[in-house]
Amino acid sequence: MGDAPPLARLLDARLVEEGAAALPGAGLPWLAERRKAAAERFRALGLPHRRLEAWKYTDLPRALKDRDYLPAQRQAPASLDAVPALTGDEPLARLVFVDGLYRAELSRAATGSGSLPDGVRLLPLAQALEREPGLLEGRLDALTGDADGADPQLALLALNAALLDDGLVLLVEPGVAVPGRIELVQLGGLGERPVFHAPRHLVVLGEGASATLVERILGVGPTGGLANAVTELRLGKGAALTHLRLQEANEAAIELATTFGALEAGARYEAFALTLGAALSRHEIDLTLDGEDAEVALNGAYLLRGRQHGDTTTRIVHRVPDTRASETYKGALDDEARAVFQGLILVERGAQKTDGRMLNKTLLLSDKAEVDSKPELEIYADDVQCAHGATAGEIDADALFYLRSRGLDQRRARALLIEAFLAEAIESLSDEGLREPLLARVRAWLQKAGEQDRNETEGGR
Amino acid sequence: MAASVETVEKVKSLGERYKYGWSTDLEMDTAPKGLSEDIVRFISARKQEPEWLLEWRLKAYRHWLEMPEPRWAKVDFPPIDYQESYYYAAPKAKEGPKSLDEVDPKLLETYEKLGIPLKEQEMLAGVAVDAVFDSVSVATTFRKKLQEVGVIFCSISEAVKDHPELVKKYLGSVVPYADNKHACLNSAVFTDGSFVYIPKGVRCPMELSTYFRINAQNTGQFERTLIVADAGAYVSYLEGCTAPQRDENQLHAAVVELVALDDAEIKYSTVQNWYPGDEEGRGGIYNFVTKRGLCAGRNSKISWTQVETGSAITWKYPSCILKGDNSVGEFYSIAITNNFQQADTGTKMIHLGRNTRSRIISKGISAGRANQTYRGLVRMGPRAANARNHTQCDSLLIGDRCGAHTVPYIENRNRTAQVEHEATTSRISEDQLFYCRQRGIGQEAAVALVVNGFCREVLQQLPMEFAVEAQKLVGISLEGSVG
Repeated sequence: MGDAPPLARLLDARLVEEGAAALPGAGLPWLAERRKAAAERFRALGLPHRRLEAWKYTDLPRALKDRDYLPAQRQAPASLDAVPALTGDEPLARLVFVDGLYRAELSRAATGSGSLPDGVRLLPLAQALEREPGLLEGRLDALTGDADGADPQLALLALNAALLDDGLVLLVEPGVAVPGRIELVQLGGLGERPVFHAPRHLVVLGEGASATLVERILGVGPTGGLANAVTELRLGKGAALTHLRLQEANEAAIELATTFGALEAGARYEAFALTLGAALSRHEIDLTLDGEDAEVALNGAYLLRGRQHGDTTTRIVHRVPDTRASETYKGALDDEARAVFQGLILVERGAQKTDGRMLNKTLLLSDKAEVDSKPELEIYADDVQCAHGATAGEIDADALFYLRSRGLDQRRARALLIEAFLAEAIESLSDEGLREPLLARVRAWLQKAGEQDRNETEGGR
Repeated sequence: MAASVETVEKVKSLGERYKYGWSTDLEMDTAPKGLSEDIVRFISARKQEPEWLLEWRLKAYRHWLEMPEPRWAKVDFPPIDYQESYYYAAPKAKEGPKSLDEVDPKLLETYEKLGIPLKEQEMLAGVAVDAVFDSVSVATTFRKKLQEVGVIFCSISEAVKDHPELVKKYLGSVVPYADNKHACLNSAVFTDGSFVYIPKGVRCPMELSTYFRINAQNTGQFERTLIVADAGAYVSYLEGCTAPQRDENQLHAAVVELVALDDAEIKYSTVQNWYPGDEEGRGGIYNFVTKRGLCAGRNSKISWTQVETGSAITWKYPSCILKGDNSVGEFYSIAITNNFQQADTGTKMIHLGRNTRSRIISKGISAGRANQTYRGLVRMGPRAANARNHTQCDSLLIGDRCGAHTVPYIENRNRTAQVEHEATTSRISEDQLFYCRQRGIGQEAAVALVVNGFCREVLQQLPMEFAVEAQKLVGISLEGSVG
């Protein structure tokens, strides 16, 4: 089995030796019970390995081999004055976590500061567990499906459930529209030794509520940590959530994130994920459309170089008639980078009139880059419109020639084409204010790729 | 002491002979039920095979014992009891019906709809071979014509005897015995199948087909086919036929290996219409087939075309390994599942050489309570510069109790290689049906017409004589799925 001695040691250290005293909510019997059961599940399952179909292309045990992690420490240094702004205007609220743990002095406008409207609760998970445990009892793991079962795909969920240490809790009452962005910032890589943390985020929107969540994962130091995050999203009838995720961890980090989401009738979830960082990342999204007229727009882009490995795995389950999902992921890979895209559209029996579309396109910029794409359809209803497409290859030679014949040099022509290619995915974001920071990051990435190119001999094909 | 050792050895050797019945006066037609090393030896002995082939079979058998069954396909069936089957039986010609009067009228009705000539009907229904002189003479004329140009077309057993150097060189070279559990079983116990060798520069003057091979009375449960096209050669090979075949064997684990050398081309067409089980899902054939072609030479081409309408369960992935530079692989498929049929089928295109190209067109139709999966892999190796692939998979659902699934794997490790994949799933268009109905076409005929249109791109790839029957077959397979 894919055993992970460092993680097993970590489990022992946190749950057996310290008796979970150092973890938040230590005094809560229901939580202690959950942690214990989850730890047993993880020990039995081990790390997900390549013989599991869903992990065919990502070798996690290998990536974790010979790595050792410490639990996150609350007294970690923070030689940081402020978190760099994402856009010109400040967010409505910002929760900042350093190595996975909440830092009040860097955050602003949590519940109680007056800037959030009535009916909105926003607070760190550890704080909620300690001060208002009633807020979370029965709400955690409500969506995580087979959490108690032995599905080997859920090993990372079990690990998170055993060691969950902090995260963001956002509860919005019915009919309340949160009037601005809420930022969730994870700063990592600052300590001297690599740390492990297990963030758990919970977002619950009541009927007709709406919110925008911007999740930023930033590597501010060089130390490579291991994050194993789980996010639960619950969208009530007609609720709307816009969720932007920007992963810019440092190049030594391992970023694992799993999102479980459930949408009631008429709910809308719009998500965009930009993956730039981490040595190895896996972003797994598992959504179920439980009510008629529910809609998902799941988009993303990945830009990887060096020996980065980026995995996006999505699963959208259409349970009832008249639901819609569209999904577009685009990426560019340089050097020896490797991207994995696995997308599943599952239409259950009786989920008639489903509209499901999925597109994955990847540009290979170097001879050693690799992409593995597996767009899947599993359909048990006949009156549906489902389609997927995938392409992989290099920049269109004709388009390049066209630009060069207009006087652009090789480097600029390439950059322009790649930018246009990725912009198509980014422009699907309905919040225009959020597009610009994403495009800026794409341009910066291309700039760096261009500088590398300049040092090589320029060879037009 | 020495003498007694000699005697013991002699008795032993006689005993072995007796046991496997290869002295001619001991006519044994059927091996005992079950599977063991002795059965493998029995088959090899019965076929008077050379030592190397027996060794190969035994290696395969021993490996098979250790191998797990493939579980990844989206098909569901109870575990197979391998000890419940017979692995060797001499041609069953005498067991068949004496004339068409004894044949199931339902079967005859289908032949009628397909427009199959009477003599062929007799052969298909398994009427004793001596009654069907026509086909025998046809086969003999075929053989003569082929010999003139140097084409070898015979059963694999004959090839082992007459052309051992070719068989030894290519058998297992594309599908090694340890490839998968079903192929491994086939390697241990195969009893029948075709061997084709097209010499350098020869364009085979006719379509070859198992159907007309002289000793093809019974296609056999563990068929093994090996086709080698030498440099510059061309051959088109047809397997199976459109008419439903009478067959008692439940498990079919066939292996087909194709080898195309420089500038050679092999076109392999299959129409598979084994018994699919009844409307309640009882009975039917398990069709677990490993088919793979190796484009070994430069500019070589292998093209697979399949029409899969039969079998209770189909597990089949005709593949191409594009090793030679500029080689081409093609896969055209129609799969139709109705009632309780299950099919997990697709292809693999492994691009190794430069400028290699592949094309995949898959049309799946699922009706009744059937489940169907397209499963395909396109892999661009690091040296596959300028390789190209285009894949189109379309699924059509008829009725709300069936399922259609698409599972493509796309792996690209070369910057200059280009992979494109598209897939759609939808139901049969109401508008198109309505249009047909209001022109006076009956519901069932309208469905057949629309489905034939949906499959057109693949049907066009079939050789003429097959294409006409295959179109009718599409309609027949979907009978009872609407209205």
